[in-house]
Amino acid sequence: MTVTVAATLTASAVSVDIEGINLSYGDNHVLKDVNLAIRPGEFFAFLGPSGCGKTTLLRLIAGFNQADTGRVLIGGSDISALPPWKRDVGMVFQSYALWPHMTVAANVAFGLEERGVPKAEIARRVTAALNLVGLSHLGGRRPSQLSGGQQQRVAVARTVAVEPKVLLLDEPLSNLDAKMRVQVRRELRDLQQRLGLTTIFVTHDQEEANTICDRIAVMNDGIVQQVGTPMELYERPANLFVANFLGTANILDGSVVADGDGRWFAVEGGARVPVPADAVVPPGTKLVFRPQHASLTRAGAVAEAGQLQGAISHREFLGASMRYGVRIGGSELSVDLPFQSGAALFEAGDAVTLGVPPSALLWLPAA
Amino acid sequence: MALRVRDDSLPRERMTAIPATAPPRARRLSATPGQIALALAIAAFLLAFLVLPVATVLYVAFTEKGTGTFTLVNFYDFVRTELFMRSLWNSFYVSAMSVAWASVLALPLAYLTTRFAFRGAAIVQTLGFLPLIMPPFVGAVAMQLFFGRNGSINLLLDDWFGFKIGFMEGLNGVIFVQSVHYFPFILINLSAALRNIDRAMEEAAQNLGCSGFRLFRRIVFPLALPGYLAGASLVFVKVFDDLATPLLLNVKDMLAPQAYLRVTSIGIADPMGYVISVVLIVASVIAMWLSAAALKGRDYATTQRGGGGLAKRRMTRMEAVLGYGVVVLILALVLAPHLGLLLLSFATVWSFSPLPDGFTPAHYARVFGESSLYIKNTLIYATLAGGIDIVLGVAIAYLVLRTKLVGREWLDWAASAALAIPGVVLGIGYLRSFYGVTLPDGTPLAALWVTIVLALAIRRLPYALRACYAALQQVSVSLEEAAENLGATKARTVRRIVVPLMAGGILAGFVTSFSTAAVELSATLMLVQSNSDAPLAYGLYVFMQSAAGRGPGAALGVVAVLLVALCTFISHAIIERSQKTKGLGH
Repeated sequence: MTVTVAATLTASAVSVDIEGINLSYGDNHVLKDVNLAIRPGEFFAFLGPSGCGKTTLLRLIAGFNQADTGRVLIGGSDISALPPWKRDVGMVFQSYALWPHMTVAANVAFGLEERGVPKAEIARRVTAALNLVGLSHLGGRRPSQLSGGQQQRVAVARTVAVEPKVLLLDEPLSNLDAKMRVQVRRELRDLQQRLGLTTIFVTHDQEEANTICDRIAVMNDGIVQQVGTPMELYERPANLFVANFLGTANILDGSVVADGDGRWFAVEGGARVPVPADAVVPPGTKLVFRPQHASLTRAGAVAEAGQLQGAISHREFLGASMRYGVRIGGSELSVDLPFQSGAALFEAGDAVTLGVPPSALLWLPAA
Repeated sequence: MALRVRDDSLPRERMTAIPATAPPRARRLSATPGQIALALAIAAFLLAFLVLPVATVLYVAFTEKGTGTFTLVNFYDFVRTELFMRSLWNSFYVSAMSVAWASVLALPLAYLTTRFAFRGAAIVQTLGFLPLIMPPFVGAVAMQLFFGRNGSINLLLDDWFGFKIGFMEGLNGVIFVQSVHYFPFILINLSAALRNIDRAMEEAAQNLGCSGFRLFRRIVFPLALPGYLAGASLVFVKVFDDLATPLLLNVKDMLAPQAYLRVTSIGIADPMGYVISVVLIVASVIAMWLSAAALKGRDYATTQRGGGGLAKRRMTRMEAVLGYGVVVLILALVLAPHLGLLLLSFATVWSFSPLPDGFTPAHYARVFGESSLYIKNTLIYATLAGGIDIVLGVAIAYLVLRTKLVGREWLDWAASAALAIPGVVLGIGYLRSFYGVTLPDGTPLAALWVTIVLALAIRRLPYALRACYAALQQVSVSLEEAAENLGATKARTVRRIVVPLMAGGILAGFVTSFSTAAVELSATLMLVQSNSDAPLAYGLYVFMQSAAGRGPGAALGVVAVLLVALCTFISHAIIERSQKTKGLGH
């Protein structure tokens, strides 16, 4: 049954190209030269903090915002001049936007009616869409009689019923509780795989984006900071913002000095870290590493090159690991050590030496 | 993360406020041809039937009779005439005193019902609205019967104690009738304000050692002040503009009656009626402006996370006795006009006696027989006026809230400005503007009953507009965007999503317009040219002029009260039901 349902609703996947988009509200430059190429059938995320422009960009694709410059192509054709009702991109709204004066079935039928689909066909596709989200028994209810998770599913069913070319999801999980969120995000991924729909997912939650998306565009302040798979973004962030937004990062200020032995990164407080020969380190570069890549030893007499001297300021038990706060010079760094029962722990005030293997060091520009 | 203060919803809202500037796609950013045509049609209507009449009044007041040159001599004449200055002072005095007495009635009721766990609260809140469903001038007649020089109360007082109280003497009568009639405006606003105060505000003060009357004076009253002022200014303006109540109580030296008498007795060419009209407009604009200025930046709705309202306290036995005493006394006062009217409508003769001599249904027979024309006219006029109002209201609300049409706010301002124009002024403006306009057969436009409908529609438009605004504001924009996203055009979206979701609010707006238009008198008094075109309120007024007509007049009054009560009940039920069916839909 499920296979035929999916087959009924599947459309051939298309690409979405965003080219040179600029958008301002008065003096507020909300999107700054945004360029993105989203592949057919891809589950793509716009990830960023509130106000970064991700929802504005999504609404632009749906036709609710107008760009000052640039264009949006779906399946290779420019849709920038089309009004929202001619674009054929399905959007699931953050608030679900279910019409309270219509039943669930009437909500799902709406888009088909607007397209002049014959009555019998509408009935068939409404049932198919509701089956797809497992709610065919609730077609006669009003939206207000459904739980949050059910409303979310109806919103998805209403959108996919019209077989849009592209599926846009505007923070679809934000109105669900934590447990539902994990379940629904898997369902969404499942559905997307079955329909093979090009899907764009807007979220501010890195975990949501990491767990279900093929690729992510990290946005901040109207600018696309980096595009890549979740793993690429985590391991090779392009700048400090991305490093900070995806996971925890330690950031050290300093300046590059050169002597006979090569280049060194002089960290505030006196320690020096060797700079690899191939690293590009213009002024303003910061030294970044993840907490789990560092090691701690009790302070010895002599520090090796690349090691930092500091003191434990506090510790937090995270279950699988212990996170230590280490004060080095003026900054506080985090170090995660695997937790083993019975192993000796560092206490606040202990003097320690912090070491990071050169391969785990990132040299990042500020933006 | 530092940008967390900014929210994604912000740009969306700003979009409506700032005209977008993208030349290539400007077509979709301003408005569709249909929207522009609609806006122009509304503007034309408002210009013809609101702006033009009021402008005419202003023009006549500020120009020399005959020549049309600008002059202030008419105002100089106004100031020099002792009668007019006394009328101005009387109007001001009566309005201020009515506010004071209305406050005396409203304050204890509002405080008792919001502050204490009080069994009578529901009764107070319901019966408190009763006066509003009766035109004040109808109440005036009934009040005469109870409280007049030879009314029931004074007859009994004279019998038992040998003295009388001049409740209804001269200006006192107007003040008495008006404060009993309009105090619900203060009660409603003040109760709402008290209920919106977060319990924590009061508890925080108690926690810091403040209690009793100090708590009321320093925390509760200041927080509720905006609500009180909103109600008080409304009462002031209503009383200042009211024409029929003073006329029926035979008080002529007030401004609105003077304007009416000037125009009807000396003629529409006499400038003094217009000068008085300007003074009336200025007074109501000032009163509204003062209350708006006082309210500015004081939106104290402090309730958070549901719940709220002042902590309700149990009353001690003494407090309960006192509380119920006050409530019973006030409600008796509130019910007096209704009771009096009912008795009068069945009375054979009621004169110089505490109660009527005998009872008869003859007055009703007369009302439903020869006078049924009044009822029919009223139903037609009020239905048409209400219909015009909701069509205009929905259109203006949609243009203002959902399009970026340049100058759309002007429609809103113009339509709302009708609030500041007293009915008698609008009536005078219509007479002057449209008497010269004649139809092919020679009848002047001002003599047609359509003019009454238009005046009623303009007068009630602000109320219908507010209802439509509120209804549209409750429809989340994303509900419309979802429809557009699924292929519905703007026009289809309005038809299938917006209007059905607004239906409850639209209907409530219609009922409000209908029921208030049904008992409106001040504009119609000027505009009714023949008895066959007269609505119910006019007929009532004519009946009440003579002692013999009081019986049928009272019967007509009872019909009016029932009509308005029915409408109020229906609109209440509609609003409740539509809120229930929508559930948590947005």
